[in-house]
Amino acid sequence: MAQKILLKNINIPGINTFEVYRQHGGYAAVEKALKTMSADDVVEEVKKSGLRGRGGAGFPTGMKWSFLAKPEGVPRYLVCNADESEPGTFKDRYLMTHTPHTLIEGMIVSSFALGANTSYIYVRGEMMPQIRILEKAIAEAKNAGFLGKNILGTGYDLEIYVQPGGGAYICGEETALLESLEGKRGNPRIKPPFPAIAGLYGCPTVVNNVESIAAVSWIVVNGGDEYAKIGIGRSTGTKLISASGNINKPGVYEIELGLSVEEFIYSDEYCGGIANGKRLKAVVAGGSSVPILPANLILKLANGQPRLMSYESLAEGGFATGTMLGSGGFIVMDEDACVVRNTWNFSRFYHHESCGQCSPCREGTGWMEKVLHRIEYGHGKMSDIDLLVDVSKKIEGNTICPLGDAAAWPVASAIRHFRDEFEWHVNNPKAAMDGNYGLANYADPIPVVEEAS
Amino acid sequence: MLAVKEIKFSTEALKKVDEIIARYPESRQKSALLPLLHLAQAEFGWCSTEVMDYVASLLNINPIEVYEVASFYTMYHLKPSGKYVLEVCRTGPCCLVGAEKIINILENKLGVKEGEVTPDGLFSFKGVECLAACGYGPVLQIGPEYTFYENLTEESVDELLTQLRNKN
Repeated sequence: MAQKILLKNINIPGINTFEVYRQHGGYAAVEKALKTMSADDVVEEVKKSGLRGRGGAGFPTGMKWSFLAKPEGVPRYLVCNADESEPGTFKDRYLMTHTPHTLIEGMIVSSFALGANTSYIYVRGEMMPQIRILEKAIAEAKNAGFLGKNILGTGYDLEIYVQPGGGAYICGEETALLESLEGKRGNPRIKPPFPAIAGLYGCPTVVNNVESIAAVSWIVVNGGDEYAKIGIGRSTGTKLISASGNINKPGVYEIELGLSVEEFIYSDEYCGGIANGKRLKAVVAGGSSVPILPANLILKLANGQPRLMSYESLAEGGFATGTMLGSGGFIVMDEDACVVRNTWNFSRFYHHESCGQCSPCREGTGWMEKVLHRIEYGHGKMSDIDLLVDVSKKIEGNTICPLGDAAAWPVASAIRHFRDEFEWHVNNPKAAMDGNYGLANYADPIPVVEEAS
Repeated sequence: MLAVKEIKFSTEALKKVDEIIARYPESRQKSALLPLLHLAQAEFGWCSTEVMDYVASLLNINPIEVYEVASFYTMYHLKPSGKYVLEVCRTGPCCLVGAEKIINILENKLGVKEGEVTPDGLFSFKGVECLAACGYGPVLQIGPEYTFYENLTEESVDELLTQLRNKN
């Protein structure tokens, strides 16, 4: 049985309440950190743990913390990014719904480590039920003396507030999130300066994903070295994977990084195989932004070795044959799924969500959506396929924030790996309009694989 | 439709406004804009110009600062909507498990196009982008509480509509 850190107690009735959470060892990290450690000690443990940002970028959390400027007399802020919006990702919703105190405890220790006395949790506005859950959890923690003035008599003060977003994917980008938290449109800022120097209200700020912050409590209690023992290589610890699409058991799974992709898809402990006895066609492994891979490449590396669920293994082969772990939004497509339609759908998403600040993204996402729409609806030309590649190249790397790249990659990778499906749509416009199914000749020819022992 | 009526928060909501503004440092009350717009939408149904002007006056900012924000974010309704706005996720993972069918079903059952309001004023629907519930798709949400309905089927949509109609 794989080790669980974040979801270890998820099935205990009442774990969403302070009382039950506390009975099961909750808030031990706050006691340990505030009473026996210095702020720098906590940062050091997080550095040792090798924890990497769980929101998608995978940047080492401890290193991000150590960049925080500490000028005298200027407040510092910790802002938790709970604007979970990457298609395919729903782990933070799950964690906040079922074990909100895991996040609050992590917020307290992390704020202490950074020297923040006011911290915000920016939750996407659609998650009103989760906002109410978090506000209740905060009130409970405050009531028990773990928040507010002079926490546990240590002299440390902290207030945590929950801020609702307004419905905008772009606010998951950290500087857009800060703009939004300041009551403005979510337009990403030009960097530098980075938030660590000038973030919220121009003050030094750290923005971390829900899952990263939640992992800090365990690291404080058990030590960074222990955390680093879990996982594989530079992919330390556990990761929440949101599994969706055509699988038997969609849901959120906590895995030890390094699990094989094959086991994750086919084992009953996780996805339980492809739904309705179909075959696997393709996977988008890390949220809609990362390159889509056909069945053969997601299960195996180009050299035939099994591909693993880790930052390095998923990226193995670069964009030619690899992808990214991203936020862990694992979208599985069966043999009937239409890659062209799905790519058009994702393009519509990015067009809708582009903030409009940079022309390559604002215009390019619109063009990609339009061209993909006409291919999907039977009006495509053969030259459209290269046109799409061209547009995606002109967006990539030419925008202030990564949304441009995120919009370009799914299109470029779909054409890279499924070009003949696009060509088939152009050559068979009527069938493409009636059926909306793919060619299915990419479906993994291997029958359902037995579980790895 | 909302007839001309004085735009003013209830005493209870005004208390909430003060509570929200107190979350931010001095002179940073503009941070309260998004939460206040949610509050206003829950109270008045949608964000009319009058409602936005009122919010601007509460925060002591220019009306344009409210308009530009309300029009940027998708959750704020800038025109009147049904009492229940059914927002169905239309993004990739949900579509893999039948979201497009659910949108067609809603269109047929309600007899209105996306964004229109049913004649009884009860319903409108719209396709929205990823709601971060991909494992439970197809999903829809209904404001202002943003209650979630998961794993939708034709039957469960029927049931939901009947249930909501019966409440009125």
